[in-house]
Amino acid sequence: MNYHWNWGIFFQTSPDGVHTYLETLLLGTGWTLATALSAWCLALGMGSLVGVIRTTPHLWLVRLGNAYVEVFRNIPLLVQMFLWYFVLPELLPVWAGDWLKQLPDASFYTAVVSLGFYTSARVAEQVRAGILSLARGQGWAALALGLTRTQAYIYVLLPMAYRIILPPLTSEFLNIIKNSAVALTIGLMELTARARAMQEFSFQVFEAFTAATVIYIIINIIVTFGMRWVERRSAVPGFIGAAPAAAATH
Amino acid sequence: MFADFDFEVIVRSLPYLFYDGMTFTLMLTALATCGGIFFGTLLAMMRLSGFAPLSLPAAGYVNLMRSVPLVLVIFWFYFLVPFIGQWVTGASQPIQVGAFVSSLVTFTLFEAAYFAEIMRAGIQSIPRGQVGAAQALGMTYLQTMGYIVLPQAFRNMLPVLLTQTIVLFQDTSLVYVLSITDFLGAASKIAQRDGRLVEMYLFAALVYFVISFVASLLVRRLQRRVAIIR
Repeated sequence: MNYHWNWGIFFQTSPDGVHTYLETLLLGTGWTLATALSAWCLALGMGSLVGVIRTTPHLWLVRLGNAYVEVFRNIPLLVQMFLWYFVLPELLPVWAGDWLKQLPDASFYTAVVSLGFYTSARVAEQVRAGILSLARGQGWAALALGLTRTQAYIYVLLPMAYRIILPPLTSEFLNIIKNSAVALTIGLMELTARARAMQEFSFQVFEAFTAATVIYIIINIIVTFGMRWVERRSAVPGFIGAAPAAAATH
Repeated sequence: MFADFDFEVIVRSLPYLFYDGMTFTLMLTALATCGGIFFGTLLAMMRLSGFAPLSLPAAGYVNLMRSVPLVLVIFWFYFLVPFIGQWVTGASQPIQVGAFVSSLVTFTLFEAAYFAEIMRAGIQSIPRGQVGAAQALGMTYLQTMGYIVLPQAFRNMLPVLLTQTIVLFQDTSLVYVLSITDFLGAASKIAQRDGRLVEMYLFAALVYFVISFVASLLVRRLQRRVAIIR
């Protein structure tokens, strides 16, 4: 092999003249985490809402929820990002489109919105599966006790459903961190983008990508252990242990 | 809002989009699926063997591939494949590899990790007694796998394997980061050349949606038909 390894490259100053290459990678990690966490809030909120309306007895709400899931699940994330970034500002009234285009950090907001909606469809599938895996009697019992349907969801069904779907939600959260790398196509300088930039300027391809890979693995390990801790803390005695089989498909 | 919507540009670029772009996307999807299932099955068998020098590397490979973004893996292999080719063929220089081969290697090896997890679940879904029965009949490990376990595992996992193929089909759009002319790459090139981002990206989204949606409906129908009643 005629490749010249140089692991000292991380401590050399990057072309921005201020930070070392290592620091640029860590800045990128910050953007990756900020994007993933913000998008996760959106995904969890929208996903729970859509998942819940798909379990209600209202036919039109169920259809609306199904359509939502199909649209966001059957278009590649990259295409969705382009739609939010390039197409949406053109379809809005001129003043709104111009405002969107001139927004500072527009690629960050776009990444959050597109990742959030994309993942929300998957979260909605899990939330629906979690609610459907509960015994039907639980919802009826809650209504028979005089709770409204909203109260039944908030106090009875969702607290159990969330606990059941914690493992698949963990993998969705890991997915959202990984998928945030797609945002480099719209110019977000997250971890993978920084590694690519480092490679372009320093020609130390494998060092740059190794560093990014190691950082992703560390994030993965931390999230996995953190979620296991949450699972243990939130476990209801006498319940759980086996995740629902329904959650395994797609 | 759709007043200056130019359908003409879509019609004009249809041959380019489908003949150049979609062919690449579908070829890549089909070949990477076959390769991914082949290597994935091998990885799953390695991982389930009780022999640590086989199971540990397989587990490590699967976990590594599953914890890094596909975009990063695409970059990795884009630079790594020439060196692998040099190592395999014993050439003195890193080998020049075309866009298609590079992305085929990437997607095969990346998706193999995901297919391995599916096949592992499939193999584990076969009752242990069947393996014992096969061994009692005097079958070797390969015969047990080839005649008893894998055919049933494939059948049980067929819907999940096909769903993963739909995911793979959507994921191939990410070769955009290497400026390759897949379907999205073709749409993007026309969009930028003619300044018609709105029309081309909406059309690309529509095509991806129709293909994935119809495919997932077919998978759901298949799932009902192949389900074994127990």
